[in-house]
Amino acid sequence: MHNAHAQAVSIGGIRAGGDLVARMQMTRGMRLKEAKRYVADRLGVTPFDLSDPVVMTEVRNELGFGRIHSYAISQPLQANQIEAKFNIARALDVPINCVERFRERTGGA
Amino acid sequence: MSTEPRIPTRLGDGSFTEMTRSGIRADIVAGSEAAARRAKVPPLGDDEVDHLLEIYASPARFTGVDVGEEVVLSCDGTGMKTHATRIQDLQSYEQWMGADLLELCVGDYSLKVVRTILAYEAQYMHDAQLCTIAPLQYGVMPNLGLYSKPDGPCENWSALLPLGRIAEARAAAEEAVEMAVADMVKLADSQWEAGADAIDWDTTGASGDPEFLAALRATRIIRARYPDMGVQLGMAGEFVLGMHGQLEWEGVRLAGLWPRDQLLLAQQAGATVFGPVVNINTGRSLAWNMARAVALIKPCMAVAEIPVHPNVGMGVGGVPMFVYPPGDATCRAAKSLVELLHVDGL
Repeated sequence: MHNAHAQAVSIGGIRAGGDLVARMQMTRGMRLKEAKRYVADRLGVTPFDLSDPVVMTEVRNELGFGRIHSYAISQPLQANQIEAKFNIARALDVPINCVERFRERTGGA
Repeated sequence: MSTEPRIPTRLGDGSFTEMTRSGIRADIVAGSEAAARRAKVPPLGDDEVDHLLEIYASPARFTGVDVGEEVVLSCDGTGMKTHATRIQDLQSYEQWMGADLLELCVGDYSLKVVRTILAYEAQYMHDAQLCTIAPLQYGVMPNLGLYSKPDGPCENWSALLPLGRIAEARAAAEEAVEMAVADMVKLADSQWEAGADAIDWDTTGASGDPEFLAALRATRIIRARYPDMGVQLGMAGEFVLGMHGQLEWEGVRLAGLWPRDQLLLAQQAGATVFGPVVNINTGRSLAWNMARAVALIKPCMAVAEIPVHPNVGMGVGGVPMFVYPPGDATCRAAKSLVELLHVDGL
Protein backbone atom coordinates (compact mmCIF):
# COMPACT_ATOMS: atom_id res chain seq x y z
CA MET A 1 0.00 0.00 0.00
CA HIS A 2 2.81 2.40 0.91
CA ASN A 3 4.54 1.73 -2.40
CA ALA A 4 1.40 2.49 -4.40
CA HIS A 5 0.86 5.78 -2.55
CA ALA A 6 4.54 6.66 -2.89
CA GLN A 7 4.66 6.01 -6.63
CA ALA A 8 1.35 7.75 -7.27
CA VAL A 9 1.76 10.99 -5.33
CA SER A 10 4.81 11.23 -3.06
CA ILE A 11 7.67 13.73 -3.28
CA GLY A 12 10.00 10.82 -2.59
CA GLY A 13 11.59 11.33 0.81
CA ILE A 14 15.39 11.49 0.81
CA ARG A 15 15.44 10.23 -2.80
CA ALA A 16 14.51 13.84 -3.55
CA GLY A 17 13.37 16.58 -1.13
CA GLY A 18 10.33 15.04 0.53
CA ASP A 19 11.88 14.87 4.00
CA LEU A 20 12.68 18.59 3.85
CA VAL A 21 9.13 19.61 2.91
CA ALA A 22 7.73 17.18 5.48
CA ARG A 23 9.90 18.75 8.18
CA MET A 24 8.44 22.20 7.52
CA GLN A 25 4.91 20.81 7.56
CA MET A 26 5.40 18.73 10.65
CA THR A 27 7.19 21.18 12.89
CA ARG A 28 6.07 24.52 11.45
CA GLY A 29 2.54 23.67 10.34
CA MET A 30 3.24 25.03 6.86
CA ARG A 31 0.80 24.10 4.13
CA LEU A 32 2.21 22.34 1.06
CA LYS A 33 2.77 25.30 -1.26
CA GLU A 34 4.30 27.40 1.51
CA ALA A 35 6.54 24.54 2.65
CA LYS A 36 7.73 23.75 -0.89
CA ARG A 37 8.39 27.43 -1.58
CA TYR A 38 10.27 27.87 1.70
CA VAL A 39 12.52 24.86 1.13
CA ALA A 40 13.10 25.68 -2.53
CA ASP A 41 14.08 29.27 -1.72
CA ARG A 42 16.48 28.15 1.00
CA LEU A 43 18.15 25.69 -1.38
CA GLY A 44 18.15 27.85 -4.49
CA VAL A 45 15.97 25.49 -6.54
CA THR A 46 12.34 25.59 -7.73
CA PRO A 47 9.42 23.86 -5.99
CA PHE A 48 9.19 21.62 -9.08
CA ASP A 49 12.78 20.46 -8.50
CA LEU A 50 12.01 19.18 -5.00
CA SER A 51 10.47 15.95 -6.28
CA ASP A 52 13.14 15.35 -8.92
CA PRO A 53 15.76 12.84 -7.71
CA VAL A 54 18.21 13.98 -10.38
CA VAL A 55 18.29 17.60 -9.25
CA MET A 56 17.95 16.82 -5.57
CA THR A 57 20.74 14.24 -5.51
CA GLU A 58 23.09 16.98 -6.64
CA VAL A 59 21.71 19.37 -4.03
CA ARG A 60 21.91 16.78 -1.29
CA ASN A 61 25.50 15.96 -2.22
CA GLU A 62 26.50 19.58 -2.28
CA LEU A 63 24.85 20.51 1.00
CA GLY A 64 25.53 17.29 2.89
CA PHE A 65 21.88 16.30 3.40
CA GLY A 66 22.46 12.55 3.19
CA ARG A 67 21.07 10.29 0.48
CA ILE A 68 20.20 6.72 -0.34
CA HIS A 69 23.20 4.54 0.32
CA SER A 70 24.15 0.94 -0.15
CA TYR A 71 27.37 -0.93 -0.62
CA ALA A 72 27.01 -0.39 -4.34
CA ILE A 73 26.53 3.36 -3.93
CA SER A 74 28.78 4.27 -1.04
CA GLN A 75 29.54 7.85 -0.02
CA PRO A 76 31.75 7.33 3.04
CA LEU A 77 33.06 10.89 2.95
CA GLN A 78 29.62 12.53 2.85
CA ALA A 79 27.43 13.51 5.78
CA ASN A 80 24.66 11.07 6.61
CA GLN A 81 22.11 10.32 9.33
CA ILE A 82 22.59 12.62 12.37
CA GLU A 83 25.41 14.45 10.58
CA ALA A 84 23.09 15.28 7.69
CA LYS A 85 20.52 16.73 10.09
CA PHE A 86 23.05 19.27 11.35
CA ASN A 87 23.39 20.48 7.76
CA ILE A 88 19.63 20.42 7.15
CA ALA A 89 18.96 22.48 10.29
CA ARG A 90 21.48 25.09 9.20
CA ALA A 91 20.31 25.24 5.58
CA LEU A 92 16.60 25.43 6.40
CA ASP A 93 17.19 27.67 9.43
CA VAL A 94 15.03 25.51 11.68
CA PRO A 95 16.08 23.92 14.95
CA ILE A 96 15.99 20.13 14.83
CA ASN A 97 15.35 18.64 18.24
CA CYS A 98 17.77 15.72 18.03
CA VAL A 99 20.51 17.99 16.67
CA GLU A 100 20.10 20.30 19.65
CA ARG A 101 20.20 17.26 21.98
CA PHE A 102 23.32 15.99 20.26
CA ARG A 103 25.02 19.34 20.82
CA GLU A 104 24.03 19.36 24.51
CA ARG A 105 25.24 15.81 25.06
CA THR A 106 28.55 16.27 23.30
CA GLY A 107 29.62 19.43 25.05
CA GLY A 108 28.17 21.93 22.58
CA ALA A 109 29.75 20.44 19.47
CA MET B 1 -29.66 -4.80 -22.85
CA SER B 2 -26.87 -2.17 -22.75
CA THR B 3 -24.01 -2.56 -25.19
CA GLU B 4 -21.88 -0.09 -23.24
CA PRO B 5 -18.47 -1.62 -22.49
CA ARG B 6 -17.91 -2.79 -18.94
CA ILE B 7 -14.83 -1.62 -17.07
CA PRO B 8 -13.11 -3.54 -14.28
CA THR B 9 -13.36 -1.68 -10.98
CA ARG B 10 -13.66 -2.59 -7.31
CA LEU B 11 -16.08 -2.50 -4.41
CA GLY B 12 -15.23 -1.13 -0.98
CA ASP B 13 -14.24 -4.60 0.24
CA GLY B 14 -11.63 -4.72 -2.54
CA SER B 15 -13.38 -7.33 -4.70
CA PHE B 16 -13.44 -6.82 -8.47
CA THR B 17 -16.63 -5.97 -10.27
CA GLU B 18 -17.43 -4.61 -13.71
CA MET B 19 -19.37 -1.42 -14.36
CA THR B 20 -20.21 0.69 -17.37
CA ARG B 21 -18.90 4.24 -17.62
CA SER B 22 -22.40 5.61 -17.09
CA GLY B 23 -22.84 3.31 -14.09
CA ILE B 24 -19.63 4.62 -12.53
CA ARG B 25 -20.79 8.19 -13.15
CA ALA B 26 -24.12 7.45 -11.50
CA ASP B 27 -22.29 6.03 -8.47
CA ILE B 28 -20.10 9.14 -8.21
CA VAL B 29 -23.16 11.35 -8.19
CA ALA B 30 -24.86 9.11 -5.64
CA GLY B 31 -21.81 9.08 -3.34
CA SER B 32 -21.59 12.83 -3.46
CA GLU B 33 -25.28 13.19 -2.71
CA ALA B 34 -25.00 10.74 0.19
CA ALA B 35 -22.35 12.99 1.75
CA ALA B 36 -24.43 16.10 1.12
CA ARG B 37 -27.51 14.59 2.74
CA ARG B 38 -25.71 13.25 5.81
CA ALA B 39 -23.21 16.02 6.57
CA LYS B 40 -24.99 19.01 5.03
CA VAL B 41 -22.02 19.68 2.74
CA PRO B 42 -22.29 20.87 -0.87
CA PRO B 43 -22.40 18.02 -3.43
CA LEU B 44 -19.62 17.79 -6.01
CA GLY B 45 -19.87 20.00 -9.09
CA ASP B 46 -20.09 18.59 -12.60
CA ASP B 47 -16.39 19.25 -13.23
CA GLU B 48 -15.47 17.31 -10.09
CA VAL B 49 -17.77 14.43 -11.06
CA ASP B 50 -16.16 14.33 -14.50
CA HIS B 51 -12.67 14.42 -12.97
CA LEU B 52 -13.45 11.46 -10.71
CA LEU B 53 -15.03 9.65 -13.65
CA GLU B 54 -11.81 9.92 -15.66
CA ILE B 55 -9.89 8.40 -12.76
CA TYR B 56 -12.32 5.57 -11.94
CA ALA B 57 -13.48 4.72 -15.49
CA SER B 58 -9.91 4.19 -16.64
CA PRO B 59 -8.88 0.53 -17.09
CA ALA B 60 -5.24 1.47 -16.35
CA ARG B 61 -3.53 -0.64 -13.74
CA PHE B 62 -1.80 2.38 -12.24
CA THR B 63 -2.14 6.14 -12.20
CA GLY B 64 -0.68 9.15 -10.40
CA VAL B 65 -0.57 12.92 -10.18
CA ASP B 66 1.17 15.12 -12.72
CA VAL B 67 4.92 15.58 -12.33
CA GLY B 68 5.58 18.45 -9.95
CA GLU B 69 2.27 18.03 -8.10
CA GLU B 70 3.57 15.56 -5.53
CA VAL B 71 2.65 15.80 -1.84
CA VAL B 72 4.07 14.69 1.51
CA LEU B 73 3.27 11.21 2.82
CA SER B 74 3.01 11.13 6.61
CA CYS B 75 3.84 7.47 6.88
CA ASP B 76 2.44 6.18 10.15
CA GLY B 77 3.43 2.76 11.39
CA THR B 78 6.73 2.75 9.53
CA GLY B 79 8.77 1.65 12.55
CA MET B 80 6.67 -1.23 13.79
CA LYS B 81 8.89 -4.29 13.44
CA THR B 82 7.33 -5.25 10.12
CA HIS B 83 10.30 -7.18 8.83
CA ALA B 84 13.32 -6.48 11.04
CA THR B 85 14.09 -4.42 14.14
CA ARG B 86 12.13 -1.21 14.45
CA ILE B 87 15.16 0.94 13.62
CA GLN B 88 15.90 -1.21 10.57
CA ASP B 89 12.29 -0.80 9.52
CA LEU B 90 12.61 2.98 9.79
CA GLN B 91 15.79 2.85 7.72
CA SER B 92 14.09 0.65 5.13
CA TYR B 93 11.20 3.09 4.76
CA GLU B 94 13.64 5.98 4.50
CA GLN B 95 16.21 4.35 2.22
CA TRP B 96 14.19 1.94 0.08
CA MET B 97 10.68 3.35 0.02
CA GLY B 98 11.42 7.08 -0.01
CA ALA B 99 9.19 7.86 2.98
CA ASP B 100 8.87 11.62 3.52
CA LEU B 101 8.66 11.17 7.27
CA LEU B 102 8.93 8.28 9.67
CA GLU B 103 7.06 7.11 12.71
CA LEU B 104 8.25 5.03 15.62
CA CYS B 105 5.53 3.11 17.44
CA VAL B 106 4.76 -0.17 19.15
CA GLY B 107 2.61 -2.88 17.61
CA ASP B 108 -0.29 -2.41 20.04
CA TYR B 109 -0.22 1.33 19.31
CA SER B 110 -2.35 2.18 22.37
CA LEU B 111 -1.46 5.06 24.68
CA LYS B 112 -2.25 3.12 27.83
CA VAL B 113 0.13 0.33 26.79
CA VAL B 114 2.94 2.75 25.93
CA ARG B 115 2.66 4.65 29.23
CA THR B 116 4.21 1.67 31.01
CA ILE B 117 7.29 1.62 28.75
CA LEU B 118 8.01 5.32 28.26
CA ALA B 119 11.69 5.04 29.12
CA TYR B 120 12.26 2.17 26.68
CA GLU B 121 10.45 4.01 23.91
CA ALA B 122 12.41 7.19 24.60
CA GLN B 123 15.67 5.25 24.41
CA TYR B 124 14.57 3.77 21.10
CA MET B 125 13.69 7.21 19.75
CA HIS B 126 17.09 8.51 20.86
CA ASP B 127 18.88 5.68 19.05
CA ALA B 128 16.68 5.94 15.94
CA GLN B 129 17.33 9.66 15.60
CA LEU B 130 21.06 9.01 15.42
CA CYS B 131 20.74 6.86 12.31
CA THR B 132 17.94 8.40 10.26
CA ILE B 133 17.57 11.63 8.27
CA ALA B 134 13.84 12.09 7.64
CA PRO B 135 11.76 13.72 10.38
CA LEU B 136 10.74 11.11 12.92
CA GLN B 137 7.59 11.25 15.03
CA TYR B 138 6.26 8.96 17.76
CA GLY B 139 2.79 7.59 17.12
CA VAL B 140 0.07 6.21 19.36
CA MET B 141 -3.67 5.96 19.28
CA PRO B 142 -5.31 7.44 22.38
CA ASN B 143 -7.71 4.44 22.47
CA LEU B 144 -9.59 5.74 25.50
CA GLY B 145 -11.56 2.52 25.79
CA LEU B 146 -8.55 0.82 27.37
CA TYR B 147 -8.93 3.15 30.37
CA SER B 148 -12.25 1.46 31.21
CA LYS B 149 -12.85 -1.86 32.96
CA PRO B 150 -11.87 -4.65 32.51
CA ASP B 151 -8.72 -3.24 30.85
CA GLY B 152 -8.41 -0.06 32.90
CA PRO B 153 -9.39 1.57 36.19
CA CYS B 154 -12.48 3.55 35.11
CA GLU B 155 -16.03 2.24 35.02
CA ASN B 156 -17.02 1.05 31.56
CA TRP B 157 -19.21 3.70 29.95
CA SER B 158 -20.12 1.36 27.11
CA ALA B 159 -21.57 -1.07 29.66
CA LEU B 160 -23.28 1.64 31.70
CA LEU B 161 -25.00 3.39 28.79
CA PRO B 162 -27.27 0.47 27.77
CA LEU B 163 -28.37 0.23 31.43
CA GLY B 164 -29.51 3.83 31.35
CA ARG B 165 -26.89 4.88 33.91
CA ILE B 166 -26.06 7.96 31.89
CA ALA B 167 -24.57 10.16 34.61
CA GLU B 168 -22.24 7.37 35.79
CA ALA B 169 -21.17 6.67 32.21
CA ARG B 170 -20.36 10.33 31.63
CA ALA B 171 -18.43 10.56 34.90
CA ALA B 172 -16.39 7.50 33.96
CA ALA B 173 -15.53 8.93 30.55
CA GLU B 174 -14.52 12.25 32.12
CA GLU B 175 -12.25 10.43 34.55
CA ALA B 176 -10.63 8.59 31.66
CA VAL B 177 -10.05 11.86 29.80
CA GLU B 178 -8.05 13.23 32.74
CA MET B 179 -5.89 10.09 32.84
CA ALA B 180 -5.33 10.06 29.09
CA VAL B 181 -4.33 13.73 28.95
CA ALA B 182 -1.78 13.16 31.72
CA ASP B 183 -0.40 10.13 29.89
CA MET B 184 -0.24 11.92 26.53
CA VAL B 185 1.70 14.80 28.04
CA LYS B 186 4.09 12.42 29.85
CA LEU B 187 4.67 10.60 26.58
CA ALA B 188 5.44 13.87 24.80
CA ASP B 189 7.77 14.93 27.64
CA SER B 190 9.81 11.75 27.34
CA GLN B 191 9.84 11.76 23.53
CA TRP B 192 10.88 15.41 23.36
CA GLU B 193 13.77 14.73 25.72
CA ALA B 194 14.78 11.83 23.47
CA GLY B 195 14.85 13.99 20.34
CA ALA B 196 11.49 13.30 18.66
CA ASP B 197 10.36 15.76 16.01
CA ALA B 198 6.64 15.29 16.60
CA ILE B 199 3.86 13.25 18.18
CA ASP B 200 1.08 11.59 16.20
CA TRP B 201 -2.35 11.02 17.76
CA ASP B 202 -3.66 8.39 15.40
CA THR B 203 -7.32 7.23 15.15
CA THR B 204 -8.39 10.00 17.51
CA GLY B 205 -12.02 9.82 18.53
CA ALA B 206 -12.35 6.04 18.20
CA SER B 207 -13.98 6.19 21.64
CA GLY B 208 -16.02 9.22 20.68
CA ASP B 209 -16.12 12.76 21.99
CA PRO B 210 -14.21 12.07 25.25
CA GLU B 211 -11.24 10.81 23.28
CA PHE B 212 -11.29 13.77 20.89
CA LEU B 213 -11.38 16.11 23.88
CA ALA B 214 -8.37 14.37 25.45
CA ALA B 215 -6.37 14.77 22.23
CA LEU B 216 -7.26 18.45 21.91
CA ARG B 217 -6.35 19.18 25.52
CA ALA B 218 -3.06 17.29 25.33
CA THR B 219 -2.17 18.96 22.03
CA ARG B 220 -2.61 22.41 23.50
CA ILE B 221 -0.44 21.60 26.53
CA ILE B 222 2.31 19.99 24.45
CA ARG B 223 2.49 22.77 21.87
CA ALA B 224 2.67 25.38 24.62
CA ARG B 225 5.40 23.46 26.40
CA TYR B 226 7.40 22.55 23.26
CA PRO B 227 6.64 25.02 20.45
CA ASP B 228 9.06 23.28 18.07
CA MET B 229 7.42 19.87 18.52
CA GLY B 230 4.85 19.01 15.88
CA VAL B 231 1.56 17.33 16.70
CA GLN B 232 -0.27 15.39 14.05
CA LEU B 233 -3.91 14.79 14.91
CA GLY B 234 -5.51 12.08 12.81
CA MET B 235 -9.10 11.02 13.25
CA ALA B 236 -10.70 7.58 13.56
CA GLY B 237 -13.87 8.32 11.63
CA GLU B 238 -15.69 10.96 9.67
CA PHE B 239 -18.06 11.81 12.51
CA VAL B 240 -17.33 12.30 16.23
CA LEU B 241 -19.50 9.83 18.11
CA GLY B 242 -21.32 11.22 21.13
CA MET B 243 -20.32 8.62 23.69
CA HIS B 244 -20.65 11.36 26.32
CA GLY B 245 -22.68 13.86 24.37
CA GLN B 246 -22.12 17.01 26.40
CA LEU B 247 -18.38 17.59 26.12
CA GLU B 248 -17.24 20.86 24.61
CA TRP B 249 -14.02 22.52 23.47
CA GLU B 250 -14.18 26.27 23.97
CA GLY B 251 -17.94 26.33 23.63
CA VAL B 252 -18.17 23.91 20.70
CA ARG B 253 -19.97 20.63 21.34
CA LEU B 254 -17.75 17.79 20.14
CA ALA B 255 -20.34 15.11 19.49
CA GLY B 256 -21.48 15.14 15.89
CA LEU B 257 -18.66 17.14 14.37
CA TRP B 258 -17.76 16.46 10.72
CA PRO B 259 -14.24 16.91 9.24
CA ARG B 260 -14.36 20.69 8.70
CA ASP B 261 -15.27 21.44 12.30
CA GLN B 262 -12.85 18.79 13.59
CA LEU B 263 -10.08 20.59 11.70
CA LEU B 264 -11.04 23.98 13.09
CA LEU B 265 -10.69 22.68 16.65
CA ALA B 266 -7.48 20.77 15.90
CA GLN B 267 -5.76 23.87 14.55
CA GLN B 268 -7.16 25.96 17.39
CA ALA B 269 -5.56 23.52 19.83
CA GLY B 270 -2.22 23.90 18.05
CA ALA B 271 -1.96 20.77 15.92
CA THR B 272 0.51 21.13 13.05
CA VAL B 273 -1.04 18.46 10.78
CA PHE B 274 -4.67 17.28 10.63
CA GLY B 275 -5.78 13.93 9.24
CA PRO B 276 -9.46 13.68 8.36
CA VAL B 277 -10.99 10.25 7.89
CA VAL B 278 -13.88 9.03 5.78
CA ASN B 279 -14.76 5.39 6.32
CA ILE B 280 -15.40 2.92 3.50
CA ASN B 281 -18.78 1.39 2.71
CA THR B 282 -17.69 -2.11 1.70
CA GLY B 283 -20.83 -2.81 -0.32
CA ARG B 284 -20.58 0.21 -2.60
CA SER B 285 -18.16 0.83 -5.46
CA LEU B 286 -14.89 2.66 -4.89
CA ALA B 287 -16.16 5.43 -7.17
CA TRP B 288 -19.15 5.94 -4.84
CA ASN B 289 -16.84 5.87 -1.80
CA MET B 290 -14.35 8.30 -3.29
CA ALA B 291 -17.02 10.80 -4.27
CA ARG B 292 -18.39 10.66 -0.74
CA ALA B 293 -14.91 11.11 0.77
CA VAL B 294 -14.07 14.07 -1.47
CA ALA B 295 -17.38 15.79 -0.69
CA LEU B 296 -16.96 15.28 3.07
CA ILE B 297 -13.35 16.50 3.22
CA LYS B 298 -13.67 19.36 0.72
CA PRO B 299 -15.00 21.90 3.27
CA CYS B 300 -11.77 21.42 5.26
CA MET B 301 -9.65 22.82 2.50
CA ALA B 302 -11.24 26.26 2.50
CA VAL B 303 -10.54 26.87 6.19
CA ALA B 304 -7.26 24.97 6.68
CA GLU B 305 -4.34 26.95 8.08
CA ILE B 306 -2.32 23.80 8.73
CA PRO B 307 -1.50 20.89 6.41
CA VAL B 308 -4.39 18.49 5.77
CA HIS B 309 -3.37 14.85 5.27
CA PRO B 310 -6.48 12.69 4.71
CA ASN B 311 -6.08 9.15 5.96
CA VAL B 312 -5.72 6.63 3.14
CA GLY B 313 -4.99 3.39 4.94
CA MET B 314 -7.01 0.20 4.80
CA GLY B 315 -10.74 0.98 4.85
CA VAL B 316 -10.56 4.78 4.79
CA GLY B 317 -10.26 7.54 2.20
CA GLY B 318 -11.34 5.41 -0.75
CA VAL B 319 -8.87 2.60 -0.02
CA PRO B 320 -10.59 -0.81 0.20
CA MET B 321 -11.21 -2.56 3.49
CA PHE B 322 -8.80 -5.35 2.69
CA VAL B 323 -5.62 -6.21 4.52
CA TYR B 324 -3.48 -5.86 1.37
CA PRO B 325 -5.15 -2.99 -0.49
CA PRO B 326 -4.79 -3.42 -4.28
CA GLY B 327 -2.39 -0.96 -5.88
CA ASP B 328 -4.86 0.02 -8.62
CA ALA B 329 -7.34 1.13 -5.97
CA THR B 330 -4.76 2.78 -3.71
CA CYS B 331 -3.24 4.95 -6.44
CA ARG B 332 -6.71 6.10 -7.57
CA ALA B 333 -7.60 7.16 -4.05
CA ALA B 334 -4.35 9.10 -3.69
CA LYS B 335 -4.67 10.81 -7.08
CA SER B 336 -8.31 11.75 -6.44
CA LEU B 337 -7.61 13.42 -3.10
CA VAL B 338 -4.59 15.32 -4.38
CA GLU B 339 -6.12 16.49 -7.64
CA LEU B 340 -9.64 17.31 -6.50
CA LEU B 341 -8.92 18.66 -3.03
CA HIS B 342 -5.32 19.90 -3.34
CA VAL B 343 -4.51 18.28 -0.02
CA ASP B 344 -1.12 18.94 1.57
CA GLY B 345 -0.30 15.29 2.04
CA LEU B 346 -1.70 11.86 2.77
